[in-house]
Amino acid sequence: MKKTFKFAAAAGLLLSAFSAFADTFVFTAIPDEDESRLQQRFNKVADYLSAQTGAEVKYIPVKSYAAAITAFRNDQVQLAWFGGLSGVQARKLVAGSEAIAQGYEDQFFKTYFIANKSAGLSAEEKLSAALKGKTFTFGSKGSTSGRLMPEFYLREQFNAAPEDIFSRVGFSGDHSRTIAQVQSGAYQVGAVNYTVWDNELAAGNIDPEKIQVIWTTPTYPDYQWTIRGDVDARFGKGFKEKMRKALLEMNDKDLLASFPRESFVPASNDDYAPIENTARAIGLLED
Amino acid sequence: MRPDNDALMLLNRLPGVRPAHSSGRRLRRISLLFIAIALACIFLADLALYPTDPWRELGRIGWGFITPYWADSSTLFSALGQTVAFALLALIISVPLGLMLAVFYHWRPVRMLAAAVRSVHEIFWGLLFMQLYGLSATTGLLAILIPYTGVFAKVFAEMFDRQAPEPALAVSPFSSRISRHAYTLIPQSLGEMRSYCRYRFECALRSSAILGFIGLPTLGFHLETAFKQGQYSEAAALLWVFFILIASIRFWLRGWLLPVYAALALWLLPQSPPLGSSYAWQFISQDIWPRALQQGDLSAAATWYWREFSQVAWPALLQTLYLTQIALVLTGVIALLCYPLASQAISGRAMRWPGRLLLLMMRSTPEMMIAFILLLLLGPSGLPAVLALALHNGGLIAFLLANHSEQQPQRADDPKGINRYFYLHTPRLYPGFLAFLFYRWEVILRESAMMGILGIATLGFYIDSAFEEIRYDKAFFLIVVAAVLNILIDSLSRRIRRRAGADRAVGLG
Repeated sequence: MKKTFKFAAAAGLLLSAFSAFADTFVFTAIPDEDESRLQQRFNKVADYLSAQTGAEVKYIPVKSYAAAITAFRNDQVQLAWFGGLSGVQARKLVAGSEAIAQGYEDQFFKTYFIANKSAGLSAEEKLSAALKGKTFTFGSKGSTSGRLMPEFYLREQFNAAPEDIFSRVGFSGDHSRTIAQVQSGAYQVGAVNYTVWDNELAAGNIDPEKIQVIWTTPTYPDYQWTIRGDVDARFGKGFKEKMRKALLEMNDKDLLASFPRESFVPASNDDYAPIENTARAIGLLED
Repeated sequence: MRPDNDALMLLNRLPGVRPAHSSGRRLRRISLLFIAIALACIFLADLALYPTDPWRELGRIGWGFITPYWADSSTLFSALGQTVAFALLALIISVPLGLMLAVFYHWRPVRMLAAAVRSVHEIFWGLLFMQLYGLSATTGLLAILIPYTGVFAKVFAEMFDRQAPEPALAVSPFSSRISRHAYTLIPQSLGEMRSYCRYRFECALRSSAILGFIGLPTLGFHLETAFKQGQYSEAAALLWVFFILIASIRFWLRGWLLPVYAALALWLLPQSPPLGSSYAWQFISQDIWPRALQQGDLSAAATWYWREFSQVAWPALLQTLYLTQIALVLTGVIALLCYPLASQAISGRAMRWPGRLLLLMMRSTPEMMIAFILLLLLGPSGLPAVLALALHNGGLIAFLLANHSEQQPQRADDPKGINRYFYLHTPRLYPGFLAFLFYRWEVILRESAMMGILGIATLGFYIDSAFEEIRYDKAFFLIVVAAVLNILIDSLSRRIRRRAGADRAVGLG
């Protein structure tokens, strides 16, 4: 009896906890590097968006693209900073949702193929046949720059699945880990987001004696802000436009550094057609 | 309970009376059988060694470990508080539920329900509930309390089985099952139950921390981030905090403080945004079923299931089993090698605290992190997975053995040191040790499924992939396959434990 009471109390408390968020506009974001102290950094972004749009805005952290998509679909978040692929997946699940802005850098994103020097590979114009039989790691499974695009170009070049090209295929889960694993030789070759590589190189975390870029993919669109279609009905007419404007006009370097992007530029769902086609081509999306 | 059984149990308790055949021989036969299976699996499993140059990264990890650093204490304390809150509330709910199921454990559907709910890893429960309840306290609580209820049901029921039958015979034969339990078996098991709950609380803290890996605001949330981004000092700070939390349980976990803690835990549970348009029903009725089945095309659905089973699930299942069998035997070896370090009765007073610290670190460091470090050293294959599982579970069993070793009665003429280890404690603890190991068997199986980062195609790798690729039909099917495998292993281990007579030895799982 006492236990049931406790359970009821717990349930009651949970419900009241929910109400703290009533009529709050919630967004989430997973940056492609430096996820430390996300809450503090993105609370500042929330404050900015709140000041610009007049709505109460909160940020919640999530762990993976899949979790971000789930939260977006459940309407726990109404706005999300998605990768190229996760944005396409999310918009497919939530009718009426729309890509409203992308990072300046995301218009022409690219992936580096990196290799440990001991693998005996050198930088080339195309993916070399010498890659066959090496060990290879992607980044996270749902990543555009760490999984989708590198897999697409591997399949295009070798006309085979990654498991058939390499002797072993891993998923490091994160760009920084991809670099650490290739640098240590745990994997011989890896695919990594170019901005993460450039920043780690500048920070001195990369030893050029041990590891190098062997190929760069052509450019493709990546991260973008996607908003649910029903926000106008919930937060007032013209809310979506207000939010788009607030994002595009964000020019505080401190806020932009959280993503990290130079600025945000307009985007539309159509901009991501190449990503959608690529995902279909390698079987990550159906119908 | 049948009378012949009762008589046998009584007989077994009498000193000097032993069943006709030697239990030592039987234990040896079982041990050798498992070693032989593990050796065979070495040839079948995906094991390989790659030359690596890990010292730069390992140096950074090592340096981070001894220079823990965390910038703001408020995040740290809130993560710590929430880790404890989830664990505590989940136990407060799952203990009575498990007890209820244990009373009716003779009933097959109850046994099957308990086996089914504990056969799915907390992380996978978490991923499923996240679809239904979003990122919320409900998701975190259910992910722990549901599998734990299954575990409590099984362990409590086995405790009742081990109790002396005489008091139950004194109760009126017309009394109900519930009152028979309430007046005899539960009071008889109370001490054992209390110490089991204490042990399970430590497990729940680990589960709670690890649920941070999928997004709950516990210690694991920050730990995973810091570790994967190479911020090893931050990761070390969290890990040390977690070690201290585990090590200090016995100082702050007091029965009379529980209501206070429970109230505090309720207050601490994280707030989360509400689900605007829950698609829970859609998830249950549509998302987890292949499209062909939704359209009523049974033959296409059968084809889909067969393809997923033959091309994905079956090979993954074999790979998972091979790694599990090797890890199981290695776990046993590590546990037997390490337990004397932490037993004052064998290694003396000076060695006890370093030994205890070592075992604490072994069992409290998430396997994923051990696996990553070994991956840097050994390259990607099943090898780091097997070693990580063995180190973690070996540390856990060694800790339990060390406790039992210290509780052994001592005589003035007992041998000392290594002789005490070989000729006294190890033989005495061996049946209990096998029981622990068989309890951990299914746990190792579940955890070996979690090693996707190593590029080894276990069941967990594909389940995780299916969630990442938003293919819930595939994820659900693979979870069911993994659960069935787990249930089979569980019942097999129960049978072997019975056979080995290891059942009566100890009551911890």
